[in-house]
Amino acid sequence: MALPVSPPPDPDQDAALASRGAGDGLAEGTTNVPASTSLIAEDLASPTPQHSGAVARPAAASRRRLTMRKAAPYLFISPFFILFLVFGLFPLLFSIYVSFFQWDAATGLGGMEWVGIDNYAFVLMQDDWFHKSLYNTAWMGIAGGLPQHLVALPLAFFLHTAFGRWRNTFVGIYFLPFITSTVAISLVFTSLFSREFGVVNAMLGALLHLENIDWWQPQYSKTMISFVVWWRYVGFNTVLYLSAIQTIPRDLFEAAIMDGASRWQQFRHITLPMLKPMIYFAVTLTIIGSLQLFEEPFVLTAASAGDGRMSGSGGIDQAGKSAAMHVFTTGFGENDFGTASAVAWILFMIIALMTMLNNRLLGRDTEGR
Amino acid sequence: MKHMLRPTRPWQVLRPLTGLLAVLAIQGASAQTTITVASFPDFDRAVKAAIPLYKKKNPNVEIKLVSLSYGDHHNAMTTALATGANLPDVMAVDFGFIGKFAESGGLEDLNKAPYSGAQYRSKFTRFSYPQATNSKGALAAIPADIGPGTLFYRADMLEKAGVTQAELTKSWDSYIESGKKIKAATGAYLIPSAVDIKDIYIRSGLKDGDGIYFNKAGKAQVNTPRFQRAFELAKATRAAGLDANINAWSNEWTEAYKREKFATQAFGAWFAGHLNNWLNTEGKGKWRSSQLPEGAFASWGGSFYAIPTKAKNKTAAWDFIRFMTLDKEMQLEAFRKLDAFPALLEAQTDPFIDQPIEYLGNQPARKLWKDAADRIAAITVDKYDIVAKEIVDSELDNVLMKNKDIKQALADAQAQIEKRVRRR
Repeated sequence: MALPVSPPPDPDQDAALASRGAGDGLAEGTTNVPASTSLIAEDLASPTPQHSGAVARPAAASRRRLTMRKAAPYLFISPFFILFLVFGLFPLLFSIYVSFFQWDAATGLGGMEWVGIDNYAFVLMQDDWFHKSLYNTAWMGIAGGLPQHLVALPLAFFLHTAFGRWRNTFVGIYFLPFITSTVAISLVFTSLFSREFGVVNAMLGALLHLENIDWWQPQYSKTMISFVVWWRYVGFNTVLYLSAIQTIPRDLFEAAIMDGASRWQQFRHITLPMLKPMIYFAVTLTIIGSLQLFEEPFVLTAASAGDGRMSGSGGIDQAGKSAAMHVFTTGFGENDFGTASAVAWILFMIIALMTMLNNRLLGRDTEGR
Repeated sequence: MKHMLRPTRPWQVLRPLTGLLAVLAIQGASAQTTITVASFPDFDRAVKAAIPLYKKKNPNVEIKLVSLSYGDHHNAMTTALATGANLPDVMAVDFGFIGKFAESGGLEDLNKAPYSGAQYRSKFTRFSYPQATNSKGALAAIPADIGPGTLFYRADMLEKAGVTQAELTKSWDSYIESGKKIKAATGAYLIPSAVDIKDIYIRSGLKDGDGIYFNKAGKAQVNTPRFQRAFELAKATRAAGLDANINAWSNEWTEAYKREKFATQAFGAWFAGHLNNWLNTEGKGKWRSSQLPEGAFASWGGSFYAIPTKAKNKTAAWDFIRFMTLDKEMQLEAFRKLDAFPALLEAQTDPFIDQPIEYLGNQPARKLWKDAADRIAAITVDKYDIVAKEIVDSELDNVLMKNKDIKQALADAQAQIEKRVRRR
């Protein structure tokens, strides 16, 4: 503890200190707190002499300083960086690179051919499947995303006011769909929406005397997918809003009640304005999530794709094909990994743009709070 | 103790590792060869059945089977070919992917030495080799089983409707007319989906060397009378309410089989096994098999074995592939156990082919299927077939659901295919 913050510039003394500390630690077991703490202190301070006085220090000497003890923190933190490099940064950079090539992945890396911005030009100007998938994504994003918030906000307020100690149980129930596997959910809904034998049609038939609806027809499939998406994420948003409501000072409500404010007035004039930062956050998540929408439509429309058709083509008339699914089919269906990467990056730009737009609309005066 | 904490040189750390590697290397040299076989269900059952038989002949070879679901398997193989890593020694490839994989260049050309696969060509069903041959003439895989197309029909429903089998299959028009009678008499649909009719029709009348969607020069040939009639037949079927508008393998489809809603189904011969095993076990004795309407012959599916260029044990892999495909007993074993119709001609002449099939009312249907197999044209496959099919099916949806003009739909399909395979 009492060691100098900036250690002496003499390297040998430094090394001696290090090896002494290590030796002490070993000899006396873990009880020798000052020794080990001193080492950390020295580690933290060591960049200072390197930058200032020790330019002439021989390389060998500084290498000697890199004891196992010093390497340990880097070793412990390395799994994250290694995994990030392998599964995060490398694919990211590689996909930028690939997006300028024509590449059928099955031909191996040797089969890559430079095409410049041709892939981007094709996707933006000519690829009507991409344009359609983008339209579908926007449609499902609004139909599946907007109601999430319209329901989650009042629901969170209702749960907050109506259920005292049982609140968490109810929140848990609403949260359940969020932590369940998307594939399992989608398969269950595939059965529920089944044309001839599904519960949804049976219910609609009994209540409204409707004919059996084929939910995979292009005019219905987006509605069906949006419903499943809404059902899945509404609980997550409720939890977000509820946690934000709980941070609103109670005396605001008390004062409002004293003034004779109704439940609605409390909600409208206290809860909503106070929730604005959280609304901004939740809407941002929804925008990003719905632009990346993949699993729900992928699994839900898989059943309607005919024999031998590409997986991920979005069912009849590609009505349920999201933009992320288009990335998948371009890559794995059409074997055009260059164009698929270009689609992915264009999608990234759109997400960035939409998030910025959202920031303009909702985020502006939340920053000051 | 202090010395041990001194910084060690890199090779010192590696020393125990090198020792381990040496041990492993020695073990690999002296002991058994292990070959990895990547496959998918149900086809992987053939490998499972083969392992004990093969081990009897080759006790030194260990076979490791890696099986993923149909889609996952082919995606995993695409990725493996892309990176050249994690490739198996023997790769099972389904018909739907053989065109793409054959064209990739990541598979050994089995026509070349030391394989010299061309010498076995005459041993296999005529149309199976061209399917595995790419545009450069390289043989990418050896056929294991084939799917001769056949029309399954409900004999009891035909009888009730007063329709004979000859009437049903004489022409497509008589097929649709029969369908109307069957629907009136039994309430059953003629066929699950009108799209199926299109799929058979576009395959009929093709000669050896033709492609379904592309000609030899690689040009799309979708805006043609063949597709025109196929679309018209599908539309007529839909208009008469004869199809259930249900896709194969969907929940609706399996449920409709259990409830006996379909009078016919055109599929590969292997479908008899599916009907018997799970789709309609109670339909035993009610189903029959016949040739497709209007003298059409088509194949549904088929499976192949290939060796990746970067495989480790190519010699052992080739030996195993020959066992799976050229060994008569093995081919018959797969035929008996999983209804995989053998690609090997020798296995097709076995007395087993004449045996009655109990499920099909003791009809010796395998003879019929062999006859079909002999007459199916050796069409060439194109790696863009799957893209073309997606586009054609999509346009047919427009015709059937949105009443789009057929001529327009085909012109659009042609244009869309040309656009999407822009870099042939």
